[in-house]
Amino acid sequence: MEAVLAGNKVNLTEDGYLVDFSQWTKEIGTELAKEEGIEMTDRHWEVIKWIQEQVKADNALSVRGIKKSGVLDIKEFYALFPGGPLKISTKIAGVPKPKSCI
Amino acid sequence: MAKTVIKKMLFVLSKATLENAYAAFIMANGARMEGIEAEIFFTFFGLEAIQTKKLNKLSVATVGNPAMHIPTMVGGLPGMEGFATKMMKKEMEKLDMPPVDEFLEILSASGVKLWACKLAVDMFHLSEKDLIEDLDGILTIGDFYNRADQEGTQLLFI
Repeated sequence: MEAVLAGNKVNLTEDGYLVDFSQWTKEIGTELAKEEGIEMTDRHWEVIKWIQEQVKADNALSVRGIKKSGVLDIKEFYALFPGGPLKISTKIAGVPKPKSCI
Repeated sequence: MAKTVIKKMLFVLSKATLENAYAAFIMANGARMEGIEAEIFFTFFGLEAIQTKKLNKLSVATVGNPAMHIPTMVGGLPGMEGFATKMMKKEMEKLDMPPVDEFLEILSASGVKLWACKLAVDMFHLSEKDLIEDLDGILTIGDFYNRADQEGTQLLFI
């Protein structure tokens, strides 16, 4: 479906994820975060950047991967993105919703 | 997407086979990943999964498990359990599933509450020093029911 985020026309999946990462901007990420009730800080952006790099490198995202990331630990991940951290952070990052069960 | 009406999942893990422990762990972790609260109550043989000395030695049940597709008598032969367990762990590693000790750390860091059943702890003559550091406490079943303190709580016996 089409939507307007931060003044840009974007295509979203049924779950509200960007269909095409090339449409992503930081402003769009900020707006998606707001919808999840998250005020973005520098720390949030560091994590988002790491997630985007992982997806670009074709590494599957999982909570175990967060533990091994060296970027942040699981507790901080839940604190930064409460209410389903992987689901929410990937949405803000403009990457597909992870399919992993772990 | 519609929001789930489940707000909290309470699991009772009563068995110590690898497949049952992982069922509880994966479901508890999956709940947290969806923003659902999760707690696990380890009782009877399930306590093996949180005993420091035993938790990394859990095995797959090869006897009385038709899905193993081997005759029960073969499943009972020495070494079969170890072999089946090794095979399964290998497959799980391929899927990036953590071993039991690491999984418990992940669950605890994710905010899953881990409880030991008082009656079972007494019955097996255990004390807190035998159990993992991440344990949140030893509860009676009554205490555990009281953890179901909100609408949308589900309780699952594994």
